Amino acid sequence: MPFIPHTEDDTRAMLDAIGVASIDALFDEIPRELKHARLDRVPPAVGEMEIMRAMQERAERDGRWLNFIGAGAYEHHIPAAVWQIVTRGEFYSAYTPYQAEASQGTLQLLYEYQSMMAAMTAMDATNASLYDGASGLAEAVLMAVRLHKSSRRVLIPATVHPVYRAVVRTIVSNQDIEIVEAPYCSDEGVTVPDALNRHPAGSLAALVIPLPNFFGCLERVHQLTDWAHERGALVIALVNPIALALLTPPGQWGAAGADIAVGEGQPLGVPLSGGGPYFGFMACKLTHVRQMPGRIVGRTLDLDGKPGFTLTLQAREQHIRRSKATSNICTNQGLAVAAATIHMAILGAEGLRRVALASHANLHALVDKLEAVGLKRRFRAPLFHEAVIATDGPAGPFLERLRERGILGGLDLQDSYPELSPGLLVCATETKTPADLERYAQAAGEARRPAPLAS
Amino acid sequence: MSIPIDLRYTDSHEWARRETDGTVSVGITHHAQDRLGDIVYVESPAVGKQVRQGQECGVVESVKAAADIFAPLSGEVVAANQDLSGAPEKVNQDAYAAWMFRLRPSDPAQWDQLMDAAAYQKLVESESH
Repeated sequence: MPFIPHTEDDTRAMLDAIGVASIDALFDEIPRELKHARLDRVPPAVGEMEIMRAMQERAERDGRWLNFIGAGAYEHHIPAAVWQIVTRGEFYSAYTPYQAEASQGTLQLLYEYQSMMAAMTAMDATNASLYDGASGLAEAVLMAVRLHKSSRRVLIPATVHPVYRAVVRTIVSNQDIEIVEAPYCSDEGVTVPDALNRHPAGSLAALVIPLPNFFGCLERVHQLTDWAHERGALVIALVNPIALALLTPPGQWGAAGADIAVGEGQPLGVPLSGGGPYFGFMACKLTHVRQMPGRIVGRTLDLDGKPGFTLTLQAREQHIRRSKATSNICTNQGLAVAAATIHMAILGAEGLRRVALASHANLHALVDKLEAVGLKRRFRAPLFHEAVIATDGPAGPFLERLRERGILGGLDLQDSYPELSPGLLVCATETKTPADLERYAQAAGEARRPAPLAS
Repeated sequence: MSIPIDLRYTDSHEWARRETDGTVSVGITHHAQDRLGDIVYVESPAVGKQVRQGQECGVVESVKAAADIFAPLSGEVVAANQDLSGAPEKVNQDAYAAWMFRLRPSDPAQWDQLMDAAAYQKLVESESH
């Protein structure tokens, strides 16, 4: 379907046909005092040449860093073919797929994406994506409360990403839902199962279980899943998609499997790009599918018996259910999901496994090198691609000295986890070479020594 | 057939039938299923739930719409029709046989507040332009 702007003659003809003098006249229902006459503080338009130069100058200010920060957004290699294919017009400017007969390409891609995510999470049904991992977790909380029907209290471990916890609180704050935090063991770095026992059976709608958690540590997912189900609570798995190539997927947690699985899809072919756009994935058991928000693509037969794809179960969505819909979302992250689907297709299950293994190996190599220069790993639990490292002096100056050497050494934890301060969250993915790890360790060793006095 | 005279009706297009054991069966009318189109899902209230007259207590979903079901009388829900979960199309086939839930009414006086067939007929006619 081509998008061709109207000419002035087209516009004139249409206005004449309906007997209206001008486009502005179509808006005269809006009270005059609500209209802005001009945008006074917007500078005059510049041409493409000036804009490109301005953007290039700004991009150069980003610099080039050796990046060891994860904390929810991960640097992975994206094969060149991914964005070459995604930027084809058929994917890049395809319209939103409400009209099935005009959108089979988009719908087939979304169906394939859904199938891949269902396989990766080992769950029955998935949606066509949400905005990001954090809002996806909030949607999972809302969904679990709807499904539970009696409790409106959800237990979220303190080991869940602090930004995700803040986003959940913001989104559920007017929904009469209580969020309770569960503490972690300061020795292991994971949620303490015994500390959960203060919550009597029936008192919780859901327990969120991250894998890995914010510290990179692996929680006791089977034990926690069974604990929640025994107390009549649903289980919301919050998972990293690369980790799923190595670790037990949520559909196989505990005796019955997780009820809902969500996470951030950025590691699958979406560049860091200053924090977004990313996408959230969501999967659930088939019995819960009517309460799952977001678009769902189904495969069916048309009037002639030929297979085709369409949006399905739309009566859950806000364009039909309005204020009683499962969510107010009426879109999905189409372009990011297209990139992720192509990325997963190119890498395949084996390729994703190799990415996960290389990330795992690099993180452990880095931790060993840092321990050799006196920077200790904080927690005993097994790790996936991230670790909390204790610095012996304040983390800020340490990171500054690494920056002087072109290295982003990690995330300072003092604001989000003051009890772990001074400490850093350090990440290593498959993008790091042995020389990179050596460079970090050398710089870290030098950064620990006091700076020489100026003479 | 499309508005049986032995039933009572609400202005939200539910029908109610008094059973011999004193319970009342509830469903949606032929007119309602016709307007909704192919029914794909019925969510009845939970057994044991206390409902008030006029309170929304369930949902009927079709391919193009989702409509709330309102309790015609106050009382306790004593049964939900399990047949409809696997075969929601029964509502389209015979709306008056496809009861959605049964309740034990708590206030006998409310029965007379419901519309009879003639009054419901007038409502349907007035909504049809």
